[in-house]
Amino acid sequence: MIQIQNVHKSFGSLEVLKGVTMDVNKGEVVSVIGGSGSGKSTLLYCINAIEDIQQGRIIVDEIDVHAKGTNQDRLRQKLGMVFQQWNSFPHLTVLENASLAPRIVLKLSKKEAVERAKKELNHVGLGDKFDEYPTRMSGGQQQRLAIARALAMKPDYMLFDEVTSALDPELVGEVLDTLRMLRDDGMTMICVTHEIAFAREVSDKVAFFHQGVIEEIGPPEQVIVNPQKEATQKFLSKVLH
Amino acid sequence: MEYEFHWNIVFDKLPQLLSGAFVTLHVSVLSMLIGIAIAVLLAIAKMSDSRLISLPATVWVEIARNTPALFQIYMAYFGLGAFGIHLSPYAAVLSALVFVNAGYLTETFRGGFLSIPKTQYSASKSLGMSSIQVYRYIILPQMFRRIYHPMTNQFVWSILMSSLGILVGMNELSGETQRLQSLSFRTLEFFIVAAVMYFLITKFVLFSASLVSQRLFRGDI
Ligand SMILES: Nc1ncnc2c1ncn2[C@@H]1O[C@H](COP(=O)(O)OP(=O)(O)O)[C@@H](O)[C@H]1O
Ligand SMILES: [Mg+2]
Repeated sequence: MIQIQNVHKSFGSLEVLKGVTMDVNKGEVVSVIGGSGSGKSTLLYCINAIEDIQQGRIIVDEIDVHAKGTNQDRLRQKLGMVFQQWNSFPHLTVLENASLAPRIVLKLSKKEAVERAKKELNHVGLGDKFDEYPTRMSGGQQQRLAIARALAMKPDYMLFDEVTSALDPELVGEVLDTLRMLRDDGMTMICVTHEIAFAREVSDKVAFFHQGVIEEIGPPEQVIVNPQKEATQKFLSKVLH
Repeated sequence: MEYEFHWNIVFDKLPQLLSGAFVTLHVSVLSMLIGIAIAVLLAIAKMSDSRLISLPATVWVEIARNTPALFQIYMAYFGLGAFGIHLSPYAAVLSALVFVNAGYLTETFRGGFLSIPKTQYSASKSLGMSSIQVYRYIILPQMFRRIYHPMTNQFVWSILMSSLGILVGMNELSGETQRLQSLSFRTLEFFIVAAVMYFLITKFVLFSASLVSQRLFRGDI
């Protein structure tokens, strides 16, 4: 379970998160929607300790993410993350991209790491690309590689930061299909997205981010179909039309 | 009267010239290896937010890049000697070459580091890698590819600059040539053969470097 409790985060004098509170239970899919610059990416970075916070707490399976004694490298093994830009490692083959971290972080034998990577790559439909270099692949394929690379660590949670928004429109579908598959596998996920239809379809909960706080959170039937807050209504009418 | 070339004496001394060439290659390879290691550290230091850490690196780079190589060799040999630190000619030339190589390569490496997107770092971190692992497996391999050519140029430059060893009586190719010609007075012949040897050494180094790069660097950056 991920517990986000009254989190405040500033960059210098700019306060980006102004008291964010949210729980994500095991097996849940939570979508985060909201205007650009509202702090959605920052929240994900805080959850996996790439950014620190100034106030509040984030607790992942009883571990306080930002507490002094926390081994953050170890914590990140529980949390897979996929970014807007796919960030393939361009000097490594597809198979090496996906097997590197299991080998050097989890200390699996090369054989085990490769087996694991192959399984995840097959899973996302890259079974015929093992020896390819990522820069020769499409954005959609590289994004699926990024997902497989994260899954090869067998994380308990996956964080997705607008993973389709840098893709050509015709490539969005294949990545969303991969996310649907993960949801069906029971993966716990937080998806920052502006694919509203997708968020409505897959989410257990939708959180609407506005001016550094969660303005409205609830099942998609509420937040997307029948939003209660004025800011949510405004945002949705802007992005849906 | 025209100069008459006599090549036989030079060919007789070929073994000595070759051993000089070997010392030349030796000192340049070593100066590159040590220079690279120091430059990686200096580049990281120079990018530090703390002036206490970045300033010494900046001073090193500025001196190395803006003073003549001749001066640096003299400093290492005679300058340190004045302080009771007596280096052999080999050690003096090696230190000067290391000093300059590290200075130039620091800027090259810094450019290389900065050219790698920050997101490569966060992506690696998100997979649970430690900072050292990120550098070892993700950042440095990409950086070395990008700076491989400037690095081989620096290598060639080191080979040519090591010829200043002649000034402190080092037994590298130029020093050997100087010694042998002064015994035989076949100045031109010896220096022509030495020049050909320098040419062959640098071509050999560039050729090996491109072979190594083909083996090492698959994939695109
Ligand atoms: N590393 C940073 N340094 C300074 N400001 C930042 C940094 N990262 C994000 N910001 C600022 O924080 C705000 C929220 O950014 P972000 O979390 O990326 O928003 P979103 O993902 O919702 O578009 C923006 O105003 C952005 O400019
Ligand atoms: Mg964002």
